[in-house]
Amino acid sequence: MRWKKSVVTAVSLVVTASLLTACSGGGNKDTAANAPAANEFVIGGNFELSGGQATFGKAAVNGAKMVFDKVNAEGGINGKKIRFVVLDNKSEATESTNVATKLINSEKAVAILGCTTSGDTLGMVQLAMDKKIPVLSTSATNPKVTVDENTKKTNDFIFRACFIDPFQGTVMANFTLNNLKLKTAAVLTDNQAPYSKGLAQFFKESFVKGGGEIVADEGYVTGDQDFKATLTKIRGKNPDVLYVPGYYEEVGKIVKQARELGMTMPIMGGDGWDSPKLTEIAGAAALNNTFFSNHYSSEDTDPLVVDFVKRYKELYGEVPDSMAVLGYDGALIMVDALKRAGEPNPLKIKEALAATKDVQTVTGKISYDEQHNPIKAAAIIEMKDGKQTFKDKVAPK
Amino acid sequence: MEVFFQQLINGLSLGSIYALIALGYTMVYGIIRLINFAHGDVYMVGAYVGFFATTQGWGFLPSLIISMVVCAILGVVIERLAYKPLRGAPKIAVLITAIGVSFFLENGGVLAVGAKIRTFPNVFQEVQYHFFNGSVVITNRQIVIMVVTVLLMLLLQYIVHYTKTGKAMRAVSHDTQAAMLMGINVDNTISATFAIGSSLAAAAGVLVGIYYNAINPYMGIMPGLKAFVAAVVGGIGVIPGAFVGGLSLGVIEALVSGYGQSLYRDAVAFALLIIILIVKPSGLFGSNVREKV
Repeated sequence: MRWKKSVVTAVSLVVTASLLTACSGGGNKDTAANAPAANEFVIGGNFELSGGQATFGKAAVNGAKMVFDKVNAEGGINGKKIRFVVLDNKSEATESTNVATKLINSEKAVAILGCTTSGDTLGMVQLAMDKKIPVLSTSATNPKVTVDENTKKTNDFIFRACFIDPFQGTVMANFTLNNLKLKTAAVLTDNQAPYSKGLAQFFKESFVKGGGEIVADEGYVTGDQDFKATLTKIRGKNPDVLYVPGYYEEVGKIVKQARELGMTMPIMGGDGWDSPKLTEIAGAAALNNTFFSNHYSSEDTDPLVVDFVKRYKELYGEVPDSMAVLGYDGALIMVDALKRAGEPNPLKIKEALAATKDVQTVTGKISYDEQHNPIKAAAIIEMKDGKQTFKDKVAPK
Repeated sequence: MEVFFQQLINGLSLGSIYALIALGYTMVYGIIRLINFAHGDVYMVGAYVGFFATTQGWGFLPSLIISMVVCAILGVVIERLAYKPLRGAPKIAVLITAIGVSFFLENGGVLAVGAKIRTFPNVFQEVQYHFFNGSVVITNRQIVIMVVTVLLMLLLQYIVHYTKTGKAMRAVSHDTQAAMLMGINVDNTISATFAIGSSLAAAAGVLVGIYYNAINPYMGIMPGLKAFVAAVVGGIGVIPGAFVGGLSLGVIEALVSGYGQSLYRDAVAFALLIIILIVKPSGLFGSNVREKV
């Protein structure tokens, strides 16, 4: 009896198991049938909505939404709407990888827009390359983002809407030497941010090549708040100019503390300075005699810029910073590529992005070079009484 | 020489902040042998209370006092809710709870006030004082930080040595069981310790907000760790030790960035912790007491 019972159990187990497998097989087929039909373009947004660079991410998302909403309002692309899914990467590179994974696996994004910083974007480069999903960063300026450091090959799925660090660093070095006629510089770098290190490196190279001298080369890390010791050391070297290619939170404190120490020389930086918070932290008076390279100036009288600034103000009630412009431009480049790709196919979108030519954006008419970098001009901004004023526009050589 | 004086001023103003936070660490450790890792986050809450008070148009002193009172209450609430139920539990359980409270305050802060940084309104018009032909500069904010720190330190010494609460605190830290037998209300004494320690951290938070002019919900992490180093260097559980430890850590950091490499600053601070733990674990001001078994 006992023996019989166990045979019955065994048989019933086998039957149940096979039934279960059959069922799950059927289930698989069902999900395949339910896979999102190609009736929309899902564009993932990987942005800094909280953390140290939160103002960057929010502005970029605001800009991008203006473009996608307009396209959808006009009937979409080939009748397909764009669905823009934005997730928060908390201004951290590791979180950026998680967000990209979610966007690709759960949201089935066919392309990703973001992030705003080089560090965060680098966090998803490898993943996007492996999954073959095109990424268009709005403002990652580090060359490493689109070009593999070791093989020197272009990362064929990665693109950007902004110019790169060598250009920004070089522009400021030349501006110092040629326009301000100053010869010695001190550099203060955020050693935790690839962005800051990139700008500093190219500033130093161009500055020395142009006949200048670097008298001090110091560092700090993101989140530091006391810079007086380092600044006192720099003050002792008496440089004509202080170059601080960091982000606005630390830069604001550095400028404030430098002025408190009686350092009156021009202080300069890059697009990481562009935030209204900079003036709040440093104070308007401390920011006089400071300059930074940027993607655009809201004071520029180009009709395209004027129109964009007006519409952005109407929608969000503030002057768009360069992150907002680049979010807007990034979305324009993406939409142009989607139109040419015609369908939500990541490979076709990637091909279309690589072939980007003469797309009219707010920061200029953009074509990609072979390293997926747009060719366009930089604006130099001077801070006067806490306000950004348009100083100069420098075109690529 | 001028550079050295400037670095000394830089270091002392930074060190005053460390000292104020370290005092709370050291008092709590002295009384219940707990490294209260949430202490740095109480400092953050203090900065935010100060921020909201100053944006309401309150002056420096009222904001400072409000912030100290709010954080004193917060400290007592944390102790009653998170640590008191674990009074008899193994020390490691309380330590882990402290880390939990720390994460709770940080992320609760992000939820409540957002992750973006806030900037203080201008409470003081800045005044600079120049010495040695302008090569040594001290601002009124730095002076306020140092003066407030010294005053609070003196006040604390008075409370600990000349008031009933202070005597009870010393008795409890010496021997909890015996203190209880002598009729001291141990729970209230512990609450008082948390209240005083947290209000000192809050004062540090407000001072930092006014001095550096930018606060965010994660601002407590690094100064919290540094203050812990300062407390250990001075001899954890010893109040003057925390004060001296904080000031010397600030000065050491300033000298390292000023004469060595700016990026070695944090490394040197934590190397100091390791060296102290190896060479004199009881700290500079601590006496070697054998653990009671």
